Amino acid sequence: MSVSMEHLQLSLVEKVENAFQNQTPLAIKAGGSKRFYGRAVEGESLSLSSYRGIINYEPSELVITARAGTPLLEIEKVLAEQGQMLAFEPPSFSPDATLGGTIACGLSGPRRPYSGAVRDYVLGATIINGRGELLKFGGQVMKNVAGYDVSRLMTGAQGTLGVLLDISLMVVPKPAYEETLSLTADHAHMQQLLSELGRQPMPVSATALIDNQLHIRLSGAASGVLAAKQRIGGESLTDADLFWHQLNEHRHPFFTCSDPLWRVSLPPAAPAIPSHLLTNVLVEWGGAARWGFSVSSGKELREWVMEQGGHVTCFRNPNDISEVFNPLTPALFKLSQRLKHSFDPHQILNPGRLYDGI
Amino acid sequence: MPDSCVDKQREYLLSKLYPELHKAIPAKAILTSIEELRVYECDAFTTMRQLPLLTVLPDSIDQVIHVMRCCYDLDIPVVARGAGTGLTAGSMPVENGVLLGMSKFTRIHDIDLHNRTALIEPGVRNKAVSDAVAPYNLYFAPDPSSQLACSVGGNVAENAGGVHCLKYGLTVHNILELDIVTAEGERVTIGAAALDAAGYDLMAILTGSEGLLGIVVAIRVKLLPKPASARVLLAAFSSIEDAGNAIAEIIGNGIIPAGLEMIDQTGICAIEELMHAGYPTEAAAVIICELDGSIEEVEEELGRVISILEQLNGFDIQVSDNEAESQRIWAARKAAFPALARLAPDNYIMDGTIPRRALAQVWKTINALAAEYDLLVVNVFHAGDGNMHPSILFDASCEDQHRRAEELGTRILELCVQVGGTISGEHGIGLEKINQMCLQFNDAELRQFHALKKAFDEKSLLNPGKQIPTLARCAEFNHMHVHRGEMPFPDLERF
Ligand SMILES: Cc1cc2nc3c(=O)[nH]c(=O)nc-3n(C[C@H](O)[C@H](O)[C@H](O)COP(=O)(O)OP(=O)(O)OC[C@H]3O[C@@H](n4cnc5c(N)ncnc54)[C@H](O)[C@@H]3O)c2cc1C
Repeated sequence: MSVSMEHLQLSLVEKVENAFQNQTPLAIKAGGSKRFYGRAVEGESLSLSSYRGIINYEPSELVITARAGTPLLEIEKVLAEQGQMLAFEPPSFSPDATLGGTIACGLSGPRRPYSGAVRDYVLGATIINGRGELLKFGGQVMKNVAGYDVSRLMTGAQGTLGVLLDISLMVVPKPAYEETLSLTADHAHMQQLLSELGRQPMPVSATALIDNQLHIRLSGAASGVLAAKQRIGGESLTDADLFWHQLNEHRHPFFTCSDPLWRVSLPPAAPAIPSHLLTNVLVEWGGAARWGFSVSSGKELREWVMEQGGHVTCFRNPNDISEVFNPLTPALFKLSQRLKHSFDPHQILNPGRLYDGI
Repeated sequence: MPDSCVDKQREYLLSKLYPELHKAIPAKAILTSIEELRVYECDAFTTMRQLPLLTVLPDSIDQVIHVMRCCYDLDIPVVARGAGTGLTAGSMPVENGVLLGMSKFTRIHDIDLHNRTALIEPGVRNKAVSDAVAPYNLYFAPDPSSQLACSVGGNVAENAGGVHCLKYGLTVHNILELDIVTAEGERVTIGAAALDAAGYDLMAILTGSEGLLGIVVAIRVKLLPKPASARVLLAAFSSIEDAGNAIAEIIGNGIIPAGLEMIDQTGICAIEELMHAGYPTEAAAVIICELDGSIEEVEEELGRVISILEQLNGFDIQVSDNEAESQRIWAARKAAFPALARLAPDNYIMDGTIPRRALAQVWKTINALAAEYDLLVVNVFHAGDGNMHPSILFDASCEDQHRRAEELGTRILELCVQVGGTISGEHGIGLEKINQMCLQFNDAELRQFHALKKAFDEKSLLNPGKQIPTLARCAEFNHMHVHRGEMPFPDLERF
C-alpha cells in the first residue's frame, strides 16, 4: 500500500475510534451521488473520497480490489479496457459515485435478475466497525466459507454496520454481442412472454416495459443472440446502449417528474399494481422491480405489496425523508437492532440511515 | 468427570427435558437409548464422535419451536442435523446437548413456474429438488458431489458448492428466502420471494452459518432453465504449469465454463483403475471443462477452448458428442472419493481455496510438503474457482501417520492463506477446522464473529463450540503451531 493511503487508513481508523470513545455520531460520505437515497443522517462528516485507487486487478482472476473512494467510472473504464465489467451493472446517478457508496447502497441495474445483484459479486471487504477496529472478512477468491459472510452483509447496509475501506469484487467478461428487441405489450402479455422465455435457456440480460413497449436485451455469443432474436421477434432497437444507460441512471424521460419516486420490489409474476395505488408504472427486471411517481403516503401501496411478498422503497422524495424503507416485522426489527449493536454498540455509524434506531 | 458422574448429569438433564419435550412431541420421535443415538454421533468426518443427550425428530415447524423453547428454558444446547454428510464434524452433537434431526422435513410445498422458485423443507435432498422440477425443464443449480444424499438445509448451513458454481454460484446465490427458528424459539422470515428485501441482507450471514445462528425450517430456492446444450471436454497435460496456464487462459479469454476441474496423475491413475473411463494415465494432469448454453453458443466456445488448449500443449483432447459420453467423463470425476479409498484406509480432504494464479506454485509446494511428511497427497479439485481438494492419504490406526496427516493439513491450509486464499471454500469449519480459523482471523475479527453470534443467540445454545474458535483456543493453537517444521523445544517429548 502506498504510504499516503496507509496513512489515510490509519487516520480513518483513529477517527472512528475517537468517535466510539466520545460517542460521536458519524455521517459517512464519499462522492455524495446517492445523498438523496435513505433517511437523513446527523453527524460529524467522515469522508472517504480521498481513500481511493485500484489495489489489485488481474483479469484472468476475474477479481478486482479497490478502495472505497475509487470513482465507479474509473473502475468501469479499467475493466472495459480488459473486456470485462461489473455484472450487476450498478447505476451511478452522478460521475462522482464511488465504489464504496455503490456497495453500501446495494443498488443493481438492469442485468440484476439475469446475472445477480451487487451482493452476489462481493468477495471480501476490509472495514472499520463501530468500535474503531480494522477488520478483514472474505478475500479475493470465489468460494470462501470461513466464518460468517460479513462482507456480503455490508452490501446494502449503507454504512450502518461498518465503514467500507477495501472491497474485492468478482467481475465478468463483457458479452461478445448484444441486441435489444422492442415489441408492443401490456403487463399481462409481458408476463406471459417472460415467464415462457424464463423457462428456456435464453440469453436475456434485461427487460423494461414502458408505455406498452416491451424492451428485451439479449447478450452473449452472437450466434446464440441471433437465434433467440428469431424466436422472440419484434423490432431491433437502435441506440440500445443509450436506452439502457438512461434507464439505469434515471435519465430516461419517464423519470422527469418531481413527485416522490417509489420503487416496488415484487416476485416477478405478481399482478400489475392496481392503478389507484400507482399509475403509469415502469416495469423492470422481468417484473421484479417497478417504478412510479405518487404524492400519496404510500401506506396502501405498502399493504398491497407486502401481501404479494414484496416491499416498497420511497426512492426519491424531495419533501420528506423520514419513512424511506419498508417497515420490518417486529421479529426482524429486533434481530436487526441486535445485529447493529454487535457491530456498532454506540450507534455512531450513519445512525438512523435505514430506520429509526438502525 | 468420572463415568458415573457423567451418567448422573445425563440422567438429571433427561429427567428435566424429556417430560417437557413430550408435551408436544410423540415418544417415538424422541430417541434416548444409546444404540439409537449411535447413528447420530458423527457426520461424514468419522474421526470425531460424540453421543447426544437425546435425538429429537420433529416433523412440523411448531414442534421445532417447541424444542427450541424447552432447550432455551433449560439452557440445553441444540445441534441441527440434515443428512449428516458434512465433512467437518458440523452436525456432530455436543456433550449433553440435543441433536435436532431434520430428516422428516422432506416436503416440497410449492413449485412456482412463473417465478421459477420452489418452496421446500430443509430435509429435502439436494438432488430431489432438481428431480421434482425436471419435467418443467428447470433445475436447482448447486450440485455438491454428495447431492444424492445431502439435504438442502445442510447446503444452506454450509453454503455448499459443486462443480458448476463458477458459472452458477454457490447456495447463497441460489436461494431467495428462509424461515428460521431462533434459539429463543421465535420464527422469523428473512429474504423474500422478490429479488431483494428491506433491511439487512440476513440471507448473506444465515447462509454458511453452520447451524449457529438459527434453525432453517423452510427454503425458497431459485430454479434455472436447463441449458439446451452441454459439452464436456477432457485434455491432458505433461506439466502442472501448462495445465494451470490453460485454466487461466480460458478464463482470461472471456469464457466462463460451467465446470472446470483438474486432477493430478495419482488421481488420474486411481480413478482410471476403478472406472476405466479413458483418462490418460501418462499425463501429469488432466483438465475437465464443461461448456453449456444455447447450441450455437456452445459450438462457438468449444472451438475457442480447443484452440487455447492446443496452443498450451494440451494433448489427447476428447470432446463428448452425446449425453452418455459427458456422463462417462463426469462419473469418473465424481468417483474420485471411492477411487482414493482404494489407495489408503483414510483420507483427510482439505478444502482450501486460492487465487488461480497461485495454482501451479501451491500445487508444487504441496507435493514438497507431502514428501517432507512422507505421505501421499492427491489433488482433485475445482480449478476454475481455485478450490483445491488435496486429499492426504494415511492410515489412522497408525498414530504417527495420523498426527503427520493433521500437521500436513494445517501446513497446506496455512499455505492457502499465505497466497491470499482461505482455509475453506465449501466444506465449512465445524469442529474439524476450528484451529485453522486462527490462521486466517485475528482476535478483533473473531470477537466480531462472536458478537454477531450473540445477536442471534445470546446464550450460545446453537451448535456451541463450532465454526468460530474462542480467543483462548487460538492463543493456545498459535503457541503450539509449528512454523515451517521447526519445533519449539525439539528435545521435549510431545503429548
Ligand atoms: C462424498 C462427499 C462429497 C461431498 N462433496 C461436496 C461438494 O462437492 N461440495 C460441497 O459443498 N460439499 C460437499 N460435501 C459436504 C457435504 O455434503 C455438504 O456440506 C452438505 O451441504 C451437508 O449437508 P447435510 O444435509 O449432510 O448436512 P449435515 O452434515 O447434517 O450438517 C451440516 C451443517 O449444517 C447444519 N444444519 C443442517 N441442517 C440444518 C438446518 N435445517 N438448520 C440449521 N442448520 C442445519 C448442521 O448443524 C451442520 O453444522 C461432500 C460430502 C461427502 C460425504
